Amino acid sequence: MNNDLINYTLHLADNSLILGQRNSEWCGHGPVLEQDIAITNISLDLIGQARNFYQYAALLRKDGSTEDSLAYLRTEREYKNCLLTEQPNGDWAQTILRQFFFSSYQYLLYQQLQTGEDKQLAAIAEKSLKEATYHLRWSSEWVIRLGDGTEESHDRMLKAADELWRYTGEMFIAADYEKKTGIDIAALKEPWQKRVKEIFNEATLPYPEKIFMQEGGKQGKHTEHLGYILSQLQYMQRAYPGCEW
Amino acid sequence: MSVQELEKIFQVKIDAEIKIEPKDWMPDAYRKTNIRQISQHAHSEIVGMLPEGNWISRAPSLKRKAILLAKVQDEAGHGLYLYSACETLGISREETINDLHSGRAKYSSIFNYPTLTWADIGAIGWLVDGAAIMNQVMLTRTSYGPYARAMVRICKEESFHQRQGFESLLVLSKGTKEQKELCQDAINRWWWPALMMFGPKDTESTNSDQSMKWKIKRKSNDELRQNFVDMIAEQVKILGMKLPDDKLIWNEERRHYDFGEIDWNEFWNVVKGNGPCNKQRLDARKKAWEEGEWVREAATAYAEKRRARSKAA
Repeated sequence: MNNDLINYTLHLADNSLILGQRNSEWCGHGPVLEQDIAITNISLDLIGQARNFYQYAALLRKDGSTEDSLAYLRTEREYKNCLLTEQPNGDWAQTILRQFFFSSYQYLLYQQLQTGEDKQLAAIAEKSLKEATYHLRWSSEWVIRLGDGTEESHDRMLKAADELWRYTGEMFIAADYEKKTGIDIAALKEPWQKRVKEIFNEATLPYPEKIFMQEGGKQGKHTEHLGYILSQLQYMQRAYPGCEW
Repeated sequence: MSVQELEKIFQVKIDAEIKIEPKDWMPDAYRKTNIRQISQHAHSEIVGMLPEGNWISRAPSLKRKAILLAKVQDEAGHGLYLYSACETLGISREETINDLHSGRAKYSSIFNYPTLTWADIGAIGWLVDGAAIMNQVMLTRTSYGPYARAMVRICKEESFHQRQGFESLLVLSKGTKEQKELCQDAINRWWWPALMMFGPKDTESTNSDQSMKWKIKRKSNDELRQNFVDMIAEQVKILGMKLPDDKLIWNEERRHYDFGEIDWNEFWNVVKGNGPCNKQRLDARKKAWEEGEWVREAATAYAEKRRARSKAA
């Protein structure tokens, strides 16, 4: 059980860190100053969540791990984030849609997790839920704005959906370590789909058709993107091992 | 009232330390100088996000990553207040940004230097923000009200950044041999450009006299530079590092540090666009703006649709 709890905690941490790392690539390059600040804020929230989860995982491991050793010294095969979170930023439409799909999921997940058996995870989830609620609102508004904005923004949203939809199925398929958490992850699928339908409808976007879904991230089988993310993320700790920063 | 009379009243207010507010009468040249200076300052905040942003993805710990993200985000916030302050003088954010992209408006040359190692992030916080604060503390008392008030907020955050930068270097200075080398190397590369941030010598500064009379500026370039050198020459001792200037020495008679001559050739070269990163910085800003155009258009189109719908309802 403890091993499962550790892996599950790492999975939650990795999700937040990798999406936070991706969003942080926008910092200084956003389409308008206010949104540059907003996406950076979301990135900061996610990295904060990741730190809380890593700290807890380090505690559970009792082997001298730290938040940084877990983030900086695990390999791509050890990372357990969902494939969706590691997808490239693409244009603003793709970033927005990735955030919307993921925040919709995280919002439902944290709601469950905050009443879960593990008190520490529940506490982190409760705190993070406030942030996820804001991320969900912000990204929903943008999905609507872009979907129902100009012809170009509408087309870009269609393209983003085409790009990302295949990575949404994995979120609702429990990995082994998720099965004993007391959360029925598959049961989140329906409310998630309902939310996406509502927002897509308001955004005048068609709900994506059923396609083959990619999976593997939760078990450490990633897209080719993750290796590059980690090579930047971990560069300093790999180049200068064992230093304080 | 004649222009001469208005000008007289204006100068009386300045002399009496009464702030000039957006709706007050002001000489055209005062307005222009403030637009030039505030917009230049706003652009510096925004372009300044780039060299530091360069290390966000590679920050060496999660804590440092969060600190750096928050810092760069603060700079975006400073840019926002300053663009707003500029708008009170009758120029839109869009016009101001266009001036940056066309090369008509300048930004601080310091951001045309590259951030080559992680230590540069600490050095920027300590030296670059440190130099900026010297100038900004003075500007909290500048004569144009909105600018002075923006500066009060900005100064609080900047001094926090400077402490964070120093603390980050302090960790390196107590670290391994490699970390100490990173620290000294960053100081060597950022010291002279930081001194150049105060601008040309007083004898060569074209905008200074009128700006002093209007209390837009309240201290001369050389005075501010001297204050900065005096402060840093002491702080560097705590780091156990050296400033790259053989002529740096305490002058008991002046009660100030003497220091070597700035390479003014380099200074003018970077101002003229030949710094190591002038092209990259401007290209990055233009790219972000151009690639964001469809987003801004979509947001406007959607807002209009909503307005139309709520009117119809």
